[in-house]
Amino acid sequence: MTLLEDRPDHDSEAANPELERKAERAESWRGFFHALPSFAYLIFFFLLPLIIVLVVSFSGRKATGSPSFDNWTLDAYRKLLDTTVLRIAWRSLTMATLNTVICLAIGYPFAYWIATRSKQSTRNFLLVLVLIPFWSNFLVRTYAWRVLLDSDGPITRIGEATGLWGKLLFTQPAVFLGLLYGYLPFMVLPLYAALERMDWSLVEAGRDLYATGWGAFRRITLPLSRPGVIAGSILVFIPSLGAYVTPAILGGAKTTLLGDYIVTQFTSARNWPFGSAVSVVILTVMLIATLVYFRTGARTL
Amino acid sequence: MSMTEGTATPRWVDRVLTINGWVVFLFLYLPILVLVGYSFSGSSTVGIWGGFSFQWYRQMFANEALMDSLRNSLVVALISTVVATVLGTAAGIAIDRYRRWIGRRSFDALLYLPVIIPDVTMAIMLLLWFTTINMALGLNTIIISHIAFNISFVAIVVRSRLAHLDPSLEEAAMDLYASRWQTFRRVTLPLIMPGVLGGALLALTLSLDDVVITQLVQGPGATTLPVFVFGLIKRSVTPEINAVSTVMLIASMVLVFVSLGFQRRGERYD
Amino acid sequence: MKKILIVVAVLALLAAACGDDDAGGEESASACEVGQVDGDLDFYNWSEYIEPDLITGFEAEYDVKVSETFFDNNEAMLAQVEAGGAGYDVIVPSDYMVALMKQESLVIPLNKAAIPNLSNLDPDFTGLPFDEDGSVSAAYQWGTTGLGFTYDMIDDASELTWAMIYDPDVSAPFAGGISLLNDERETMGTALRYLGYSINTTETSEIEEAGALIAEAKAGVATFDSDQFEDLLVTGETALAHGYSGDFFAAFDENDAWEDFGYGIPVEGGVAWVDNMAIPVTADAVCTAHTFIDWILGAENGAALTNFTFYASPNAAAEPFIDPDILEDPAIYPPPEVRERLEFIADVGDAATTYADAFSAAKS
Repeated sequence: MTLLEDRPDHDSEAANPELERKAERAESWRGFFHALPSFAYLIFFFLLPLIIVLVVSFSGRKATGSPSFDNWTLDAYRKLLDTTVLRIAWRSLTMATLNTVICLAIGYPFAYWIATRSKQSTRNFLLVLVLIPFWSNFLVRTYAWRVLLDSDGPITRIGEATGLWGKLLFTQPAVFLGLLYGYLPFMVLPLYAALERMDWSLVEAGRDLYATGWGAFRRITLPLSRPGVIAGSILVFIPSLGAYVTPAILGGAKTTLLGDYIVTQFTSARNWPFGSAVSVVILTVMLIATLVYFRTGARTL
Repeated sequence: MSMTEGTATPRWVDRVLTINGWVVFLFLYLPILVLVGYSFSGSSTVGIWGGFSFQWYRQMFANEALMDSLRNSLVVALISTVVATVLGTAAGIAIDRYRRWIGRRSFDALLYLPVIIPDVTMAIMLLLWFTTINMALGLNTIIISHIAFNISFVAIVVRSRLAHLDPSLEEAAMDLYASRWQTFRRVTLPLIMPGVLGGALLALTLSLDDVVITQLVQGPGATTLPVFVFGLIKRSVTPEINAVSTVMLIASMVLVFVSLGFQRRGERYD
Repeated sequence: MKKILIVVAVLALLAAACGDDDAGGEESASACEVGQVDGDLDFYNWSEYIEPDLITGFEAEYDVKVSETFFDNNEAMLAQVEAGGAGYDVIVPSDYMVALMKQESLVIPLNKAAIPNLSNLDPDFTGLPFDEDGSVSAAYQWGTTGLGFTYDMIDDASELTWAMIYDPDVSAPFAGGISLLNDERETMGTALRYLGYSINTTETSEIEEAGALIAEAKAGVATFDSDQFEDLLVTGETALAHGYSGDFFAAFDENDAWEDFGYGIPVEGGVAWVDNMAIPVTADAVCTAHTFIDWILGAENGAALTNFTFYASPNAAAEPFIDPDILEDPAIYPPPEVRERLEFIADVGDAATTYADAFSAAKS
């Protein structure tokens, strides 16, 4: 699996091939050692636990729902084909996709705006301003939205006065508002990073060659910011797939979503193997999707 | 060259974008205003205004359990952020700057997993793992768990920064007889610092807000603020937690602006 | 190298699974004497479910430190205790959870000699089905789950019926203003009661019928909420709210809204529940745990608890000290004819999965 393109080799005419090979090996070791601490950490505290989840998904279960390693079964995976499960998965998928699109639509102009401010300090300041709301507590923020959107809330009153909308609380639009609110920074930050580091002289060159403003944007800026778009989309899409707290608080918990469903398996449904199976499948699908994306050319996130 | 010399965005587009920008900021801060506003409300139900009062702030400081959980949150966030930033930056450099080493591709894949895994799965698997290796649950396990998911986020941000960094700068430095460490310290690090700081900021945010994972790997006396608040909501959302949120907001704002001030002093490369 | 790691991991897991538990609790319990303490207390409880003075009072009286950790649902607590790594000394599981934990040997038998105040408990609350011999638990608080309502739309609690949610003819005026608990057993229970079945049925057909009923009624439901139902009622977002007794009363009290809102059990019946104190098998300070339970069961302490939480106390000796308003409120302390309509939630074994699936399906 190639997640990265290889950079073109530098001058390949080696003066001394023996030295060259030694240098390469030294490079190789250096790279390995740079990665070693985090590699080891992730293996020990992530990969191995993950393997446990895989193992659990094949195990039987005790009365409390936790895995009993006495019998092995494919029951959990068979259950994945239930219509309920598929319905829930589909609902989460559409919600995540829609949320990603909305975040992109709102996030891109916003990131572009920040990236085109002239002073670095202004840009930093604006970025920080974007992040600050997220240092308050997530639940309290979401409940604040509840206050804003309920029958007496200011947003509802404005909507009723202008005749544009009614009470938004416990409706689908409220859910998407909440999701947009929660995931916007994840879209804005990578987009900003990509836009900021772009070589803008290319845009200028395009304009010099008689491209219109829009044309220059469409053919130069947009493609060059693609890594940012992809990164942002992934960082928004994937967590959105598992989101359930915001939809519960703002949408009324009237639809079961994947995240909620998994939690239920580990709690009141007393079915850890099934919860593990669902998680494994989601993880696999996401991993494949991410790999496919990167094969289509993005160099890095 | 700075981007703005080349953008030539038409004035009117710029204006529209600016208005859009401010609208978005309004959107971002609206709930914050509500949050802060109600922290000063005299009524104990958020949503019903009960006159101006500092009672919740007083109550908050008197609430030992709440203060304990706040302290825990800060300790966990700080430690996990520092460790994750160091490890994540090293990881980012390892992947981006070194092209051929054993296990590079598997490491690359491994780095993405914590980002794409559902919260609850990670929570359960860590709980199971800590039991397996007989590690007592407590503040340590929370810190370990937070580091586990934060490394990847930091690595991602640092890598995206590195990707656009011209390696010839570092090569030039080394050609001029700088050692690797010197090159790193004086060329690479300052150039990727925005990425490193960005990653650190992200890690801090994620750690401070985490509920699902912390709730399952916590131990006696080691609860964090978000978990405490989460449990509190079971009974009633009194403005006490609004008060806590406001205080944390202000504290983080102060922290960040101070660090921004430091960064501006070191801004020589733009 | 990876393969080796995998093998090692699996072996480690298997070893742990059949390995020893930290089951030191059982032996030391029998050695505990009244008022003995053997270390600081780790108390695992629901949020805001204990009068803070009771904690500080205990700390002062016995010169130990109490650290509180909170959970918000029984199963999360179960997961932690089962994993064994947490070392909590006293936990507060609900009725059905006590049964499950007792069955799985996750709680130790109490040394009743070390808890003389057990005699304070009302006989109605000892020997309940989930712990018949009363060996592992001591009742903490009890309450009911019913409907909160606004006097604007309903005159009296006696009019309440689940048909207001499930019968399209009766529920029309409340459409859009109903909230149900986001809890499988509780909410499925309401549908089951409406249909005339037991809330502890294990018949798949009955369970699925209840699920289908909820799916149909969903259109009129504003939200499934287990945390804010009382606030939503009091702020006027909902007119009919399914929820726990004490939460409603605390909200009515805080907002001085006793005249505007009421609470009651519908005619078809509702749920009674008991939360209990128990000592997990992984406890360290077993004697302190016993002493703490004894402390809570004291007459005045039991009253202090109820006066704080607005839930009913199972402590008969505490009655003289309980706020008379609370004691006389028929909603908090239901009269016998209402208590007849109440059922306890019991553990349904494997059917738990059926309930969860039906509920998830109803909401999907």
